Amino acid sequence: MAPSRDEITEKVRQALVDALGVDEDEVIPTARIGADLGAESIDYLDIVFRLEKAFNIKIPRGDLFPDNILTSEEFVQNKKLTDRGLAELKARMPFADLSKFAQNPNVDDIADLFTVDMIVRYVEAKLAGPAA
Amino acid sequence: MRWIWIDKFVEFERGRRAVAVKNVSLAEEHLHDHFPGYPVHPPTLMIEGMAQTGGVLVGEALDFREKVILAKVTRARFHRRVVPGDQIRLEAAVVGEVRPEGASIDGRITRGADLVAEIQMMFAHLDQSRAPLELGDENFVFTEDFIRLLRMRQLNHLAPPPPRRDVPQEGRP
Repeated sequence: MAPSRDEITEKVRQALVDALGVDEDEVIPTARIGADLGAESIDYLDIVFRLEKAFNIKIPRGDLFPDNILTSEEFVQNKKLTDRGLAELKARMPFADLSKFAQNPNVDDIADLFTVDMIVRYVEAKLAGPAA
Repeated sequence: MRWIWIDKFVEFERGRRAVAVKNVSLAEEHLHDHFPGYPVHPPTLMIEGMAQTGGVLVGEALDFREKVILAKVTRARFHRRVVPGDQIRLEAAVVGEVRPEGASIDGRITRGADLVAEIQMMFAHLDQSRAPLELGDENFVFTEDFIRLLRMRQLNHLAPPPPRRDVPQEGRP
């Protein structure tokens, strides 16, 4: 049986507490992994390792935290995502809420999409979807 | 000076688990300053020893092709002091598996039946990181010297043999 959203949230919270050394009550759904919880680049890899272990899933590189959209001229111009870039990001991160970001798609703000809630929804989709 | 804080490997399961031992001796100069009259093997050097045990474990899994660097000490707890005359056992186990980007390990240090330390750390493969630096092809982590040392320290079966030199053979046409 698939775990409930609460169970997923609890495990995600534990993974973030262990990876980032933050207090449990800091890990609220809207908390941003970087700006609010202080994650640095290597922490994203740590988080991926912990999620894989906690949920017994495989997270391919760039699946949860896409990292190669920003390096393409097709997708980024003048530090903003192009329409194609935005479409790509939507396709790659169906689990993220892009509505606000899309109004002013500054590449510097992409990291703000990575919230606790986004990770929960990613895991939820991963567990519900076709086997990884 | 060689900055190596393990003496030899005693167990090695490729990509999964490695155990090394370290003998602590009063001949180690730093113990006379740490602390004067009260020598204690520094916990920081136990972290380094664990990084070396885990680093070789992770590096060997991909035939020492990657530049494996210690990226993060996630957690380190020390329970007991280690003093000259002690032999400690450093056990590193890969969490999950070694991935293209790196690996995470769970480490335990024991002395006899006593738990000395619990250490979790992460290694990254430098060339696979998000912003690769211009580092060239030479693997400065697993240098030839280092591989040679591994070979000496009972890891013969892990490191590939050195290239053969053509030695002229006497008495042959």
